[in-house]
Amino acid sequence: MSEAVAIPTQQIPDPYQVPLEDFNMSDPALFQADAHWGYFERLRKEEPIHYCESSLFGPYWSLTKFNDIMEVEKDHGLFSSEAGITLADRPADFALTNFIAMDPPKHDVQRKAVTGVVAPLNLAKLEPIIRSRAEKILDDLPLNEELNWVDHVSIELTTQMLATLFDFPFEDRRKLTYWSDMATSGSLAGGPTPEEVRRAALMECLEVFTGLWNERVNNDPSDDIDLVSMLAHNPQTRNMEPMEYLGNLVLLIVGGNDTTRNSITGGVYFLDQYPDEFAKVKADPSLIPNMVPEIIRYQTPLAYMRRTATRDTKLGGKQIKQGDKLAMWYVSGNRDEEVIDKPNEFIIDRDKARHHLSFGFGIHRCMGNRLAEMQLRIVWEEILKRFERIEVVGEPERIQSSFVKGYATLPVIVHPKAA
Amino acid sequence: MPQIKFIEFNGTEHDIEANVGESIMVAATSNLVPGIDADCGGECSCATCHVIVDDKWLGKLEPISSSENSMLDLNPDRTANSRLSCQIKMTDGLDGIVVNLPEFQY
Repeated sequence: MSEAVAIPTQQIPDPYQVPLEDFNMSDPALFQADAHWGYFERLRKEEPIHYCESSLFGPYWSLTKFNDIMEVEKDHGLFSSEAGITLADRPADFALTNFIAMDPPKHDVQRKAVTGVVAPLNLAKLEPIIRSRAEKILDDLPLNEELNWVDHVSIELTTQMLATLFDFPFEDRRKLTYWSDMATSGSLAGGPTPEEVRRAALMECLEVFTGLWNERVNNDPSDDIDLVSMLAHNPQTRNMEPMEYLGNLVLLIVGGNDTTRNSITGGVYFLDQYPDEFAKVKADPSLIPNMVPEIIRYQTPLAYMRRTATRDTKLGGKQIKQGDKLAMWYVSGNRDEEVIDKPNEFIIDRDKARHHLSFGFGIHRCMGNRLAEMQLRIVWEEILKRFERIEVVGEPERIQSSFVKGYATLPVIVHPKAA
Repeated sequence: MPQIKFIEFNGTEHDIEANVGESIMVAATSNLVPGIDADCGGECSCATCHVIVDDKWLGKLEPISSSENSMLDLNPDRTANSRLSCQIKMTDGLDGIVVNLPEFQY
């Protein structure tokens, strides 16, 4: 989001000068300044399960170690998703519900209604489409001059993909980007977008998608394999309330958009910071499938997911009370030295690269994880065919959010291969 | 050591010797049998070690746990013989077990 204002890192105090009880990891400024790393490192060492008494979102627990997060992920009965998956409480008069913020059995029913769109067989059909679009986007890039990689490539590619999954009017596809950005940047979540602007954008989204629903609901189900038709034709979801339809749309739009977008950008940034790793993959593109999960770990495009305790329990010696919010900080667990070897290093040929938290684990594990990996793989295959190097020529501008770990800009110069 | 026969989706067979007490997932990944991803490393929380157990062997396995059941349930390709291989511990009684690998892991 271009309105985001970069906060210089100097304004964020050294984590070892701040008392632990004052740590508030949900502060978007920590992420916008990319200054959260030292805070999480100290928490992992000194207080891996940490209670923050007061924040924009009220009190909450922070889980910072890989294995504690895994334990909570697996126990979806004790740690519920029903109250929402971000720390911000949903306003009662605008409560979007969707299956990521549901417990079984309803979760299972709604998730199954749309899983088919990212089923491996469908992915195989999508691959040539994604590849030809990636080729076009990369072929059209201006060479040897500064450009914003986020806008030129990351947003464009993920938005085209999303338009395909929804069979959304292609020329209007940037609306999907806009709605996605609005959905995650609201002031109630600590972002820059006023709540009324966010709601207006989401109501527009509902209106447009209601039109698509109405066009397709009476079509032959076998002709339509897009997400809207899947929801409209499935007996379990065809009678959804409008706000539930909107909730699921937002989930699929954000899930298919922000996360992949920021991982595409992150990869360019990391490979510029680690030239030896870039040299490795350039010499041997067969490393790409292993590099992709490493990019996704290193980026961790969603910093955390929230759960809510359904009863009193003990976790790592801490007394959790019924109703307490817990933030599972994937961004910290993905740098946990107890589970991941040299976690702060970007190593494209690392062993067990898929053993990271970015997709979550348990019943809410990212439905689109193989699609995301496929998009990143194709982008890197096509980049390496064309370009000598993508040179990062300035620091990225990060967005104001402690949930979406994203980039507003990344200035680069694309250097073509010598003819 | 008990034996496991893995049959890939394309019909390729792999006969592997497993250690008693290790899971079928670990036996597969440590012997580089393709087709098992096991992203979560054996925590029953990703469902990417899905296998389809041969009819003859299905009844010899420990019953499916509720967490395994809920993870398998996310997979639209689940069959009556579907199991997560990280949840099947090898015993001498399972010597010769035959497991089929799905075309894809989710």
